[in-house]
Amino acid sequence: MIEFHLDPRSGVATYLQIVQQVKEALRLGTISVGDQLPTVREVVADLAINPNTVAKAYRDLERAGLVVARQGRGTFVASTLAPATLLPHYEALRIELEHWLDAAVGAGLDEESIRALISATLRETLARWVA
Amino acid sequence: MTSPIDSRGLGKRFHRDWALRDCTLTIPEGAIVGLAGANAAGKSALLSLAAGLLAPSEGSIEVLGRDPLREPSVLAEVGYVAQGAPLYRSFTVAETTEFARRTNPCWDEELAADVLKLIAPRTKVGSLSAGERARLALALALGKRPKLMLLDEPFAGLDPLAGREFLQLLMDGVAETAATVVIASHVIADIERVCDHIVLLTGGGVRLEGNVEELLESHRILMGPRRPLGSIRGVRSIVRERHSGRQLTLLVHGYGPILDPSWTVERVGLEELLLAYMAPERMPVPVPPERLPLRWHG
Repeated sequence: MIEFHLDPRSGVATYLQIVQQVKEALRLGTISVGDQLPTVREVVADLAINPNTVAKAYRDLERAGLVVARQGRGTFVASTLAPATLLPHYEALRIELEHWLDAAVGAGLDEESIRALISATLRETLARWVA
Repeated sequence: MTSPIDSRGLGKRFHRDWALRDCTLTIPEGAIVGLAGANAAGKSALLSLAAGLLAPSEGSIEVLGRDPLREPSVLAEVGYVAQGAPLYRSFTVAETTEFARRTNPCWDEELAADVLKLIAPRTKVGSLSAGERARLALALALGKRPKLMLLDEPFAGLDPLAGREFLQLLMDGVAETAATVVIASHVIADIERVCDHIVLLTGGGVRLEGNVEELLESHRILMGPRRPLGSIRGVRSIVRERHSGRQLTLLVHGYGPILDPSWTVERVGLEELLLAYMAPERMPVPVPPERLPLRWHG
């Protein structure tokens, strides 16, 4: 089951952080159709946040058609964001990326430089593919 | 729909001093309200008035649509955790919850037990740790399955771990009972995590009130080179003004985008926003004494 974490310093509203984490998990296929999200009470007891915030996040996800709430039973994933093309390659790509990251850390790059390098390269590469 | 707390021109005076004055408030149902303000700003007075422990000196207050003094039956639906969680020290935990069970018609044993968890029932209240005593007080309030919870400085005296645990148990109880909650705290960091509505008291009056998201959305920090301040497009009012060298930093209440590119615009955090509103309004500029011409008579 997905476990939420909060970054109070991010400046991103708490309910949005929850929405983003669910979407990310859907995109990476770590949760898929039929899986249950933690109940509002579970999230609240875990993170010590306002239950209205969790409910609002789940309502947003429901409105986007990503989850459905079943009365008295909980909230379940209703659709996926993972592109069908990703899943077969997912594990292989993840391992390649891990190797690359090992090399980057080994070369002495810190987290910020790694992020900067990745996002710059990603931009350039995507631009090339679109063109 | 009646509001959980509705006050009109509410005031409370102790001898000559007003603890609370001209307080008009409507708390939305289901909100988790942070009642912020410095010490002696009137937070405890407001909660005591809502809990029916004090009578107003002027104005009126309605709790869940009823006057807590004239219709004290409404208090069965109000969970009140007083500052320092005062309880009978010579009672055991079990005796304390037994007392609550017998005096509350809707007592929820299971919910209270969830909060008490592993506290041994035979322990005397006087020998509980601060965190355990706070949990017992919370269990007594939540066990009533209240529609409204009032908590007065619940984190005072708790270490960070006990404070977080208290908040988790409180939020779990709120998820279960759907109660409206008012938490008074002078430490904003303690309540920032949970509250979606803010009431800020200064000097016994309401200084700022509203939905947290809306308040953060309507305020911005502007930074730029020092300049004479006329009106700035997009700014309704300047809450705080700070100069350092040639730099000017403003906290503003806005109505639209700040388009002037000479300002760097940033969002503001809840703590900083409230601290700015808590500061005394504009320091009065000292006026030099009028120079009186000396006259010699005779």
